Amino acid sequence: MNDTRDDLLTIAGKTYRSRLLVGTGKYKDFEETRQAIEASGAEIVTVAIRRTNIGQNAGEPNLLDVLPPDRYTILPNTAGCYTAKDAVRTCRLARELLDGHDLVKLEVLGDDKTLYPDLPATLEAAEQLVKEGFKVMVYTSDDPIMAKRFEELGCVAVMPLAAPIGSGLGIQNRYNILTIVENAKVPILVDAGVGTASDAAIAMELGCDGVLMNTAIAGAKNPVLMASAMRKAVEAGREAFRAGRIPRKRYASASSPLDGTFF
Amino acid sequence: MEIILNGEPASVPDGTTVADLIERLALSGKRIALEINEDIVPRSQYGERRLQPGDRLEIVHAIGGG
Repeated sequence: MNDTRDDLLTIAGKTYRSRLLVGTGKYKDFEETRQAIEASGAEIVTVAIRRTNIGQNAGEPNLLDVLPPDRYTILPNTAGCYTAKDAVRTCRLARELLDGHDLVKLEVLGDDKTLYPDLPATLEAAEQLVKEGFKVMVYTSDDPIMAKRFEELGCVAVMPLAAPIGSGLGIQNRYNILTIVENAKVPILVDAGVGTASDAAIAMELGCDGVLMNTAIAGAKNPVLMASAMRKAVEAGREAFRAGRIPRKRYASASSPLDGTFF
Repeated sequence: MEIILNGEPASVPDGTTVADLIERLALSGKRIALEINEDIVPRSQYGERRLQPGDRLEIVHAIGGG
């Protein structure tokens, strides 16, 4: 019960020791990507699907050589998709690329200023993808009703944003995240908006099953050090959640006994 | 014949298969996925699938992303 090694995250029937999921964008080079992901302890890493550079790639290293799919669970995303159709196409290509691996991170964006999800389009894409046998981890807003809808639709994990993608603002509405966690029967992961280690810890203390981040690590002055900090924050937050925090009280409560004072 | 390859016009000999094109682009053995006219072409079909004039091909790979 107290052993953290037995406290596993289960997504779509597969178990993971790490509750930190990381993106692979915005790094200086593949070596920095590799080192940061190593330091994060993450077992699930997101990738984007884009056109191959025709005629310019002879001998060019491939991200999947740095992050071999036999060691990491690769989570292809639909970043940059603004329609359900594009998101579904991207997932089909990803499944072919990864030899039938069907775990995907679905995001359908609404506009480029907020990068908020277009929820009607996300619902439409999720429904189609579930029908086609994909295991969908869905990026959504921090709306408890939407989170429930995605769960009912068959998504394997629901991933509400903490704040806009890349903003580093931290969890803006912890009561919504708490409500989403309390209502859920599938894993809830905070995805997007984390800025620093304490933000990740708060997500875990609220009872989230995990945290997914990219910019907070890749954009730090020292990404490898930040990756290590995030690993500890997620572990610490999880342990604090499992330990059960004390209730908040308005006034003091002495830590030392009052009996036996000699003054 | 003319095709559209990753959004750009391209010229390939008549009868070219997907496997021929992949070979010509030095992409053999690379981790890629391919669709023609928005339909996936499974890797197992690269050898038999012949390109048609006007086909729109997308060849994709995994890159860093969040």
